[in-house]
Amino acid sequence: MDSTERYLVGVYDDDEEVVAAVTEVKNSGVKIEEVYTPFPIHGLDVAIGHPRTRIPIAAFMFGCLGLICIVSLISYTMYFDWPMIIGGKDYFALPDFIPVSFEGTVLFTAFGMVGTFLVSNSLWPGKVPRTFDLRSTDDKFIMAINMAKNKKSESEIETILRASGAIEVNVKQF
Amino acid sequence: MKYNEQVRNLLYLNKRNFNLSNYTMAGHSHFSPSNVEEHFEFTAEGRKRVIYAFLAGLVALVVGIYLLSRGEHDAAHAVAEHGSAGHDVAKAAAEHGSHESGGAASHHVAAYDWTTRIWANLWLNGVYFTGIAVIGMFFVSIQYLAKAGWSSVVKRVAEAFPPFLIISGSVLLLVFLFKGDVIFHWMHEGITDKGSEHYDKIIAGKSGYLNKGFFLGRMIFFFVGWLLLWNWMRKKSLAEDLEGGTENFYQMVKIGTIFILLMGISSSMGAWDWVMSIDTHWFSTMFGWYMFSSWHVTGLATLTLTVLLLKDKGYMQYVNFNHLHDLGKFMFAFSIFWTYVWFAQFLLIYYANFPEETIYFLERWEGHDKIYKATEILNVFFNFFFPFLVMMSRDAKRTPIFLKICCCFIIVGHYLDFYQMIMPGTVGKHGGYGLVEFGMVAMFASAFVYVVSTQLTKASLIAKNHPFLEEALHHDI
Repeated sequence: MDSTERYLVGVYDDDEEVVAAVTEVKNSGVKIEEVYTPFPIHGLDVAIGHPRTRIPIAAFMFGCLGLICIVSLISYTMYFDWPMIIGGKDYFALPDFIPVSFEGTVLFTAFGMVGTFLVSNSLWPGKVPRTFDLRSTDDKFIMAINMAKNKKSESEIETILRASGAIEVNVKQF
Repeated sequence: MKYNEQVRNLLYLNKRNFNLSNYTMAGHSHFSPSNVEEHFEFTAEGRKRVIYAFLAGLVALVVGIYLLSRGEHDAAHAVAEHGSAGHDVAKAAAEHGSHESGGAASHHVAAYDWTTRIWANLWLNGVYFTGIAVIGMFFVSIQYLAKAGWSSVVKRVAEAFPPFLIISGSVLLLVFLFKGDVIFHWMHEGITDKGSEHYDKIIAGKSGYLNKGFFLGRMIFFFVGWLLLWNWMRKKSLAEDLEGGTENFYQMVKIGTIFILLMGISSSMGAWDWVMSIDTHWFSTMFGWYMFSSWHVTGLATLTLTVLLLKDKGYMQYVNFNHLHDLGKFMFAFSIFWTYVWFAQFLLIYYANFPEETIYFLERWEGHDKIYKATEILNVFFNFFFPFLVMMSRDAKRTPIFLKICCCFIIVGHYLDFYQMIMPGTVGKHGGYGLVEFGMVAMFASAFVYVVSTQLTKASLIAKNHPFLEEALHHDI
């Protein structure tokens, strides 16, 4: 991890203001890394312009993986390795396999999504969380701007942030 | 403040469709939807179209009946020559251990009369449209019970469905009173009479529940209960438009709760009575859920389709993609729920492999000269695979055309579902898709459209004093 990542952190104290500020800051050509709020704000993700989440694709993939694993396991054990007759049906009695395939799909998806959540939110064990400002869990709205991804100078961005209604502008390094 | 204005502009972009007489925005920073009303107009042309559709259905039905009366006459000869009528079913019934005199279906084969198909079709459509109508009330009730906000914009549409219960209930009642014995095996002459040659020990054992008086009592109780509760709810709903406040809301929560209790009992018992008892010997503990889920998803699809069609006509512009997304999720989820229940019922029977239970699926899969096999396959395809695969993505649920296609598939698919529940036990191998079926569906559907449209004109499409309306208008997911 690069130890010289430098962020400008704008602090706002109103939810409507921060949404308006996001649009304003973006329009003046500053790239916003992320906005942290104490509660979800409708329309904020649209305003920031984050790309569509790929979480559903991950879920679908984990589900498919689960389905393939369980069907492989059950068909190997019940059909190829040691054919067994259950309830007078064929060796490969598909309806019997559906409940466990379904459960396997759900299980793999659930575990996979927990893993995805931890990775995508940088919460894996041992990871030191990046907290831009602790007050984002209380009553402040935090806008983080990655300096490495912006061409404008710090003082320029600070002016833009203050103009958009930030009550404080801090520097944070990781 | 800027953000709020943006949302307002998004929501009220299409202002010309509102009745703006009381609606003043200029110099008024606080927007209140309580001044907005919107009235559906059931135009003379629309009325005419629905009536023509009804008449077309009637003509198809009459021609169908005429063809049926001739066709069955010829077929009766053919069967007599063939000499092995209903051998599949007879064989399956012979496996049925504790049975004494012949099989369940052999009674039908012996006593088959070509008019049975007309009564069976009336019964089928009666049960199917009863479901759609009652789910309107059920939808409103669960929304009140859950104190849901988003659904207050589509509430009036769902509220307009239940009046059709008067028609479908009357049809069911009349068919039961006059032609019940051709539909229900347990109503056959002398079947519970020990001295009679038709005596059936198993059915006689069920006569404590399945007898004409008790059946009729239950049926009337359910229909009257549904209609009374709907009427009560509707009164409160209209009073809310006039008075405002939250008093009516809390009363509607109570009415909804009572209705859910009644629905819990009546949907299960209705399923046993009106559909499961056709195949009197057979029973399934999943059946109440199974039929209820079929009803529910059909009702949701009808609701969604109605909302979409109203939106196309320029009404209800305040219903945005987020509301449609929620309706789509509802349909998607309950399609899967239906599949779950259908499969659970199938799997238990398949796995246990008792002849008296498997006969139900055997009859549909390979009995009656295999005429129901295609329906069985389409049933699962229309009601599970199609909605599941098409509506899985977020975009599909937010795209009206996809939603409409799915609604149509679900509505047709669940008609097929009820078809395969009711037809094999009543008309057996004399069934099929003919003019009788299409004509009857057209008549019922146009009557349903007529009743719902008339009901929609009676109140504002937007429940303007619903306490959660403001929340619903800003719904964003």
